[in-house]
Amino acid sequence: MIEIGLGHYLTLAAIIFTIGIIGIFLNRKNVIIILMSIELILLAVNINLVSFSIYLQNLVGQVFAMFILTVAAAESAVGLAIIVIYYKNKGSINVEHISSLKG
Amino acid sequence: MLAHSLFFYFFSTIAVFASIMVTVSRNTVYSVFFLILVFISISILFIMIGAEFLGMIMLIVYVGAVAVLFLFVVMMLNITEQLAKRPSRKGLINNISVGSIVGVIIFLELLVVVGGWKYKGTFVPLSATNLNMDISNTHALGNILYTDYIHLFQVSGMILLVAMIGAITLTFSKRENIKRQSYFDQIQREKDSAVSLVEVESGKGVKLDD
Repeated sequence: MIEIGLGHYLTLAAIIFTIGIIGIFLNRKNVIIILMSIELILLAVNINLVSFSIYLQNLVGQVFAMFILTVAAAESAVGLAIIVIYYKNKGSINVEHISSLKG
Repeated sequence: MLAHSLFFYFFSTIAVFASIMVTVSRNTVYSVFFLILVFISISILFIMIGAEFLGMIMLIVYVGAVAVLFLFVVMMLNITEQLAKRPSRKGLINNISVGSIVGVIIFLELLVVVGGWKYKGTFVPLSATNLNMDISNTHALGNILYTDYIHLFQVSGMILLVAMIGAITLTFSKRENIKRQSYFDQIQREKDSAVSLVEVESGKGVKLDD
């Protein structure tokens, strides 16, 4: 309990990952929350990579965490741009109203 | 050791609470602020276990750029008026059941993986983690990032470039009723099209629009 090991960090990452996944499902409000949940999931992956990299004394994990960070930033920028033009066209980004592709 | 565990529990509790609030809170602006709180506490954890560069980069990139981007978008779109419309009850309950089932299953799977995984033989516990004090974390990271992983580094730069171009072209819209300069036309304009010499007879005016 007092000794903080790798398991603690992995459990923290698992909890945050699960919260992110549940957040995608629960959210009925707008798409921005879904993007934030995706950010949480990527953050959990980053925690895993960094804690393994520290514990195995191998810096490669941190390098890959940095690449994940890059991809997360790019993804959120493009996602927010899509949300902005969707709002311009439809006037709403409510999840329930986004069903144009349903056919 | 005690300080480490105290810090870990403190910041991880804050992170878990804030990440729950990100998904739960009704106001989107609040959830962006809770997202910032999650990022800050996780980056403090990173700095604490010795990944200083990554912790600082997370502060700069996530809190400084991504969260502010989220905040801008939330403020640009008028979301508060959507708050008034409550989501339908039935769909919410349906979603909660499916979402919690999937979430719990994934969590259990992750716990099985974490609990059942045999650590490597030469596994170093944190108390014995001997960070190389000769060079800093940033220095060590740069040593391998710019040598072994240079191609991945450049590809990640290309990803950022493509994302930037994509975001700009998506949100770019040509506005009407705005007078713009057209540089090529202005530069290509010649004397013949602009100036004409007119022989003016005395006592008569000049009529230009012929």
